[in-house]
Amino acid sequence: MEALLKLLSDNVAGYGSLASPLQYLLPMVLASLCCIALVALFPIVAVYAERKVAAHMQDRLGPMRVGGWHGWAQTIADGIKLLLKEDIIPSEADRVLFKLAPLVVFAGGFASLVVLPFGASVIVSDLNIGVLYVVAISSLGVVGIIMAGWASNNKYALFGGMRAAAQIVSYEIPAVMAILTVVIPVGSLSTQEIVRAQEGGWLGIGNWFIFKPVTAVAFLVYYLASLAEVNRTPFDIPEAESELVAGYHTEYSGMRFAFFMLAEYVNMFVVSAIGATLFLGGWNSPVFGGPVAFMLKSVALVFVQFWLRWTLPRLRVDQLMYVSWKVLLPASFVLVILAGALAVR
Amino acid sequence: MRNYFPLLLMFVVVAATVGAIIVLSAVLGPKRRGKVKDSPFECGFQPFQLPTDRFFVRFYLIAMLFILFDIEVVFLFPWAVVFKALGWAGFWSIFIFIFVLGAGYVYAWRKGAFQWE
Repeated sequence: MEALLKLLSDNVAGYGSLASPLQYLLPMVLASLCCIALVALFPIVAVYAERKVAAHMQDRLGPMRVGGWHGWAQTIADGIKLLLKEDIIPSEADRVLFKLAPLVVFAGGFASLVVLPFGASVIVSDLNIGVLYVVAISSLGVVGIIMAGWASNNKYALFGGMRAAAQIVSYEIPAVMAILTVVIPVGSLSTQEIVRAQEGGWLGIGNWFIFKPVTAVAFLVYYLASLAEVNRTPFDIPEAESELVAGYHTEYSGMRFAFFMLAEYVNMFVVSAIGATLFLGGWNSPVFGGPVAFMLKSVALVFVQFWLRWTLPRLRVDQLMYVSWKVLLPASFVLVILAGALAVR
Repeated sequence: MRNYFPLLLMFVVVAATVGAIIVLSAVLGPKRRGKVKDSPFECGFQPFQLPTDRFFVRFYLIAMLFILFDIEVVFLFPWAVVFKALGWAGFWSIFIFIFVLGAGYVYAWRKGAFQWE
């Protein structure tokens, strides 16, 4: 934000003579628009990439027709189709909650982008409680999911919503504890401080938390828990289509359905980006730092999510709860104690 | 506080964009309503029951456990930030805290609170 303001005032003639509130407002609007562009473009690319990855893992070709070259325009066509579809609201539904739910889910994913450190100065706002903010604001998604399941007044939607909520809150605690193991040695919740703490070291990667003894295990705990928090395979019980049709968004159609899909892919990106920030050195890189390194790491983690989805079968509900409460939770307690013991002086 | 202003502005910009897309979709999309089309989804027959009566009690238990553990985690956050300044005193006090929490955890486990069947 401050960097953008400096860029504008250095390069645009007469920028300093604008009214002072406008000087601050303009970079903020620009930053918001950049985030909207990311949110709009990332799912388009990611949905296409996921279909291609899935297809090639199953020895198929995937979309090949729309747009000519390897079906590159498939997701764009799908988006336009969704825009032109009817917005059906079932007669039994709670209309206000039903209309609001996809937007709440979307807002929860979107708001996390504010504190993602894309580069040393490329960040919308470097909040001093950055990590806590992400943990708090991403919980908004659960509220939206419960709203959707409840308002639909349909048993598939309600069961899907309840299962999703139970799953997300169960995995929230191990995920947050894993994050704490990074916060303890850094001593700050700011995402930029955490990235700066990982600068330097052996080959320029030695200080990344994934290469330190306790936080390496914490990364595994975090990644597993984050998969469950975004309802990805092997933890995609809320959307188990063979038993629940489509889970909490069974009754949704058109653009409101599209917002659930957008939110899912934005959340996939956000948890991967947070993982890259906390454990993989953020924008640090031995070769080229900055936004490119950050995006590459995040996208690599998103790719692993694709990979797991097309490799692993779905867990049962009792297995899901077993992994969270009886494996990850005690493990994360031990990790926090160990991280404290290592960092204390 | 100035750091939080972009946040507010972002919400406004996003709300405007999302609202515009929803309105656009409402304008462009067809509106053909029908009694069957507006009924709750079911696999080809009339839904015979709406899901508002009873609920599996495990969901409430999970929610309660979550709130309990989440509060512990909230206590750990400020501790983690000032950890280095506290030294061994901070470490042992949180060790006792987690030990007590662990005792409760073992009790809940023995009672079968984490068993989903």
